[in-house]
This record gives sequence, C-alpha cells and structure tokens, in this order.
Amino acid sequence: MGQNTTRRGFIKAGVAVGAGLAAGKAAAQSDPLITEVQEWNQVLGFGVDERPYGIPSPYEKAVKRRSVPWLTADPISSINFTPLHDLDGIITPNGLCFERHHGGVAEYDPAAHRLMINGLVDNELIFTMEDIMRFPRENHVYFLECAANSGMEWRGAQLNGCQFTHGMIHNVMYTGVPLRLLLEEAGVKTEGKWLLAEGADASGLTRSIPMDKALDDCLVAFKMNGEALRPEQGYPLRLVVPGWEGNMWIKWLRRLEVGDQPWHHREETSKYTDLMEDGTARRFTWVMDAKSVITNPSPQAPITHGSGPTVLTGLAWSGRGTIPRVDVTIDGGKNWHAARMSGPSLDKSMHRFYYEFDWDGSDLLLQSRAHDSTGYVQPTKDALREIRGTNSIYHNNAIQTWYVNKEGVAENVEIS
Amino acid sequence: MSKFLKVLIAACVIAGPVSAGTYGLGRTATSDEVKAWDTDIRPDGVGLPVGSGTVAQGEEVFADKCAACHGDFGEAVGRWPVLSGGHGSLADDRPVKTVGSYWPYLSTAYDYIYRAMPFGNAQSLSSDEVYALVAYILYVNDTVDDEAFTLSNENFLSVEQENAGGFFMDNRSEVEYPKFTRSVCMDNCKDVVEITARAAVVDVTPEETAAAAAENSTTNEEVETVVVEEVAMPVLNEELVAKGAKVFKKCKACHKVGAKAKNSTGPHLNGIFGSAVGANEKFKYSKGMKAAASEGLMWDAENLRTFLKKPKDLIKKTKMSFKGLKKDKDLDAIIEYLKSVSN
Repeated sequence: MGQNTTRRGFIKAGVAVGAGLAAGKAAAQSDPLITEVQEWNQVLGFGVDERPYGIPSPYEKAVKRRSVPWLTADPISSINFTPLHDLDGIITPNGLCFERHHGGVAEYDPAAHRLMINGLVDNELIFTMEDIMRFPRENHVYFLECAANSGMEWRGAQLNGCQFTHGMIHNVMYTGVPLRLLLEEAGVKTEGKWLLAEGADASGLTRSIPMDKALDDCLVAFKMNGEALRPEQGYPLRLVVPGWEGNMWIKWLRRLEVGDQPWHHREETSKYTDLMEDGTARRFTWVMDAKSVITNPSPQAPITHGSGPTVLTGLAWSGRGTIPRVDVTIDGGKNWHAARMSGPSLDKSMHRFYYEFDWDGSDLLLQSRAHDSTGYVQPTKDALREIRGTNSIYHNNAIQTWYVNKEGVAENVEIS
Repeated sequence: MSKFLKVLIAACVIAGPVSAGTYGLGRTATSDEVKAWDTDIRPDGVGLPVGSGTVAQGEEVFADKCAACHGDFGEAVGRWPVLSGGHGSLADDRPVKTVGSYWPYLSTAYDYIYRAMPFGNAQSLSSDEVYALVAYILYVNDTVDDEAFTLSNENFLSVEQENAGGFFMDNRSEVEYPKFTRSVCMDNCKDVVEITARAAVVDVTPEETAAAAAENSTTNEEVETVVVEEVAMPVLNEELVAKGAKVFKKCKACHKVGAKAKNSTGPHLNGIFGSAVGANEKFKYSKGMKAAASEGLMWDAENLRTFLKKPKDLIKKTKMSFKGLKKDKDLDAIIEYLKSVSN
C-alpha cells in the first residue's frame, strides 16, 4: 500500500496504532466486509480490453516518482526519485524508475535512430535499430545508481524518506547486444584505449569509458523488463555500464568514438568528480561501492500496526559483485543481526533482505550494513567523512539510520 | 548446424584481438556523416575547429543568449550554474565550483557550449561565437583582462586553467577498500547511542499538500492566471495545436505551461492568449515589457505574431533572448497552441 509523505499521514498512522492494539486474535465482532455482500461480489467488473496497456490499481496512486524541487533550477534538467519504500522484491517497475535528464526527454521515431561508431576503428560504421536487433542478445539484471544518490546527506540528515535519500536507483532486466560485438564489427585499432559515448538528446551528453570495461560487460540495450526502454530511460537505445555510476549509461545512444585518451568532458570534470576536503578532487570514480538501506520502516513508511510481529526489509547492492550478507540493528548498533536474504542473488544487481522481529513498542534506531562478495563492508558516515570531508557530493554509500518512535513514526537521523 | 549458430560459435572462439566485420551488419559511415556528429573536443586540442572571437564579441553573444540564466557576468540567476568567481574557494566550507575556479581544461567549455548550449537551442552557435563566448568566460573569471583579447584555435592551448592540477585518479582502492574490508562487531558493540542530527530539524523534505495529494483533481492552485479581458475563444484547430506543441519545444526551456506551470526564466504562459501584456504579477518583467503593459498592449493574435516573429520588433528592450520564428506556418501553429493553453 502506498504511503503519502505528509504529516497528516503520520498522524493517521498514529491513530491506526490504537486500532492495531485493539485488534488481535480475541476480536469477536463480525466484519461486515465478510457478512455483507459487497458491490464487487455482485456486479460485473470491466472487460479484457478496458485497459489494453495495464495500469496499477487506483488505490496505488500514491506510489509514484517524486522530486525535490529545490535541488535543480528547472524540471527539464532535473531528477526525480524511485519510491523504494513502496516496492518489494528486486525488480523496479519501468514506470517507477527514477529519471535524470540534462535536456529533457528526447522522443522520436526509432526508425530515425542511428548509432555511429567512429574514430580509431578499421571501419567507421552506421547501424540502424534493425541492424542492432540482428546481433546476438543477452539478458542481465543490473542496478543503475546515480553517483549523486544520497548526495544531499553528506553534511547531516536532510531528507525524510528513503525515496529522497536513496531513490536515485533502479534495478531492471536489460535485453541488449554486448558492446564488444558492435566494437568488433567496426574493428578497434590497437591504440584505441578509450571510448566516448554520446547521446542524441538536446544535451548531447558524453562520457569517456575505458576500453577494458567496454569490451568486458557493457551492453547496448533496447529492452527493460521485457518491453522497449521507456522514453525517459533513453528509448530506443541506451548504454548499460554494469556496476558503474548511472551518468555513464548514456541514453538515446547515438555515437561511440574510439580514441587513445579520455575526453575530459563536462560530466567527468565539472560534474561527477569528488571534491575532497583539501580542495583537490578525485576523477574517474566509476565503481559504485557496496550500499544498503532499510526501505520499511522508513519515514514514508511508518509502522502503523503497533507492537508485535514486525517486518523490516531493505535493499543492498554493490558495483563489484553480489551481496552475500547484510547486518541489521534495531538498537542503533549495540547489537547486530544477520538479515535474511531473499530472491535471486545476481552480479551487480539489487538484493532484497528481511529481518522479522517482535517489536516491544519502544524507540528503535534502525541501520543496515551490506557486505559485498569481495569482502568490502559498507562504512559509516563518519568513516567516509574522515576521508572525504563533506563536499564531495558523489558516492555517498554510508550506513543510513532511521529513528522510529513509540508511535511508529520514522525519521532520518544520525547517531553517535 | 545452422549458419547462424556457426557464426555465433566463431564469435565466441575469437578472443583477444578485436577483428572487424564478424556479422557484416551496418554500413560504412560517410565522411560527411562523421564530420556532422564528431564535434567533440579534447584537452590536447583535437577537434577544435578553425575560428576566433574576442571578449567584446563574446559579451554581446552572452548578453543575448546566455545571461537570462547565467547572469550578465556569469554570476547566475536562481539555481542556474554559476560560471565565474569562486577562485581559491575549493577547500572552503562552501566551495564555489565554476568554469574559472574548478574546470581543469578549457576544451571542456568549448565542447559543452557547442553541444548543449544555449539551453533549448543546442548546436546552433557558430565556431566564432563559441570562441567568443569562451573568451568572455575567461574575462569574467579574470583569466584574461583585455576586452580585445582574441581566442582562436591558434592560441587555445596556451590558456591554462588555474585548477588544471587539482584532480587525481580515483584512489578508493588504496585509501578506502583496505580500511572498509573488515571484520565487524555483532554483539555488545557500544554502551550508549545518542541521536546527533535530525532531518525533521532541517525540514527540507518536500511536503505534499492536501491539494496536491488529491492528485487528479482539476484544481490548479499553483497557477495564477490573470486574464484582464475576456476574449471569446474560437474553436481550436487541433491539428494546428499539435504542430504548435512541437514548435513550443523551442520555448519550453524558459516558459512553462500546464497544471504545474510556474514562472521560471520567463513567465508561465497559461492564459497568455487574450491577456494583457505584462499581467503576471509574480514575474519580474523587463523595462520594455513594463512600458508595453502600461500602454495597455494585449496579447492578441496580431501582437503575438509580431513578437514571436522577431521579439525586438514589438518590444525593443525585451529580455527574451529568442531570435524568432521565421516560418508563417510555425507562427500559425504556436499561436493556436497558445490559444489552447489559454482556454
């Protein structure tokens, strides 16, 4: 069920706690939803073609992407967030995948799309979408996380909701052609060590990608979760750069240039470089470190049922492999518990974890801590700040804390 | 075994050196095609076209095409990017990262301005204009101090950015991975836990008001439309409206329409057709627009046509940096579209 983000929502939730306490095994009054024939038990519903492309129940309308208007100058070059607190499992539905555009969504006929490969290759080539669909395809589930995810949290707890603190991420199954096959078709010259990927939208976004990665596991994808890419995800063609920051996954991919050195374009100099405390900056910080977040309970998803059996759940991921283990604490890190992993454990994909406990109705301080398959363990905020300061904007993979009070209301906090 | 499978297996077997043309798909690009799309510039100057421009020329282009968002001197309007200043601020508590203070290479500015600017009219600048704009950005950053300074493909590489040496390769694998690859405490890890920071105190999370939460409701509180005089609305030509919506893409970097429209670089245009000039109380108009408003000018079809054909023909001192629509059919379409958002 979708929760709204208003204070009124929290108050309602508080009222619900009382009802929850009154319920339980002993309830004796008969439920009219059972004893009386309901409208939907009696009259006919709509037929098969009423919604030729299915949509969620109207009761789920609060489940949607949301933005933080003060973050950017204009909604055309802006970002919104995936409602992680409303989702379960590991796959993000296409319509809820967060959006980040630099020049708005380019919408055009796929028949008008061209992909050029030029530069240090034996043959400079042009592909149509039809050409691309004739190469062998692969299917892979990968997370895409914006490097700026949690970027507003460096200086302290800022935004109340995992949608806003962690929602610049989605996880879908891509169908696409290995980039290696397209590069082989053009024939990369030996001095070709870098690739420039360029989008066809009004920002013409470009990123430099080392050839080793391009030939390793990158895909040129045209489907997400089985259907065509959504326009806001780069329809008809996008680059998939597994485990690396989302900005490199060029949407509306129109050109791949092979070169002998990186281009140092705007998105890899002015942006997506990590400013350290001493004023110098890291560049080419491509890999997304292991990270996790508890999605329920969280500020947008308070506990409404009162004390007793409670499901805690969340997501974990790493750009360097899988997540074999997540630890969870409900007392602010005094004691930790191994969470239960459930669902497929795929390379560079989101993982789902659960921790079921019997809530005694007292204050909770919730945290999760991901361990990835290389042995790396998600750090605390203070450990990251010690190395990077608070101005790096990008790559904040620190442990998140939610405070849950006796009413079940959750808040984004930091703890000692 | 099918031919296709054989090819597949061949593709798997050939490892190591990347060989050309396994599938014979695609076609060879023409040199004109590559030239049209390969506009990227590198720090070593590869890709720079022939051309030149002075600071003074750049100032003119900037005032006309950039200042509406970036401010007259690159200081920025609202939350649009700041292009100048911030020198020596990178280690401060609040660093100001500008083209002057942060960008390591000037080539990045050339590349980006041509590929993406002006916002909403990308790839429209001549190489001389881009050189002039880059020269002007150097000037407002005090990198050059002479308005007669000319930047060209000849002297481009002689300009050094102050933060050219300010970047280093990602070193997380040395500095962070060993530290964070660790065994962890599971039981009795600390005695006391205190809350040290709270988001509720900062209070910057967007709130959904009761009105907004009532979603699909037709109320439209954010938009205040001031229609001074009722103008009878003719029946719309929907085909023309649809064409106009496409033409409007040229406008929407600055002007918003629709239920959530707010003023941005330009005023929102809900209700613009048939309204008085300069009637949006929340928008800060140019002196020229205010003068036209005081004369009682109306946005009827005729005035809209004159203005959108060449803005400065109707209102000489307008801030709107739009060169105008040349084609009559585009003008017909956009006016029909503006009618449609005014109904």
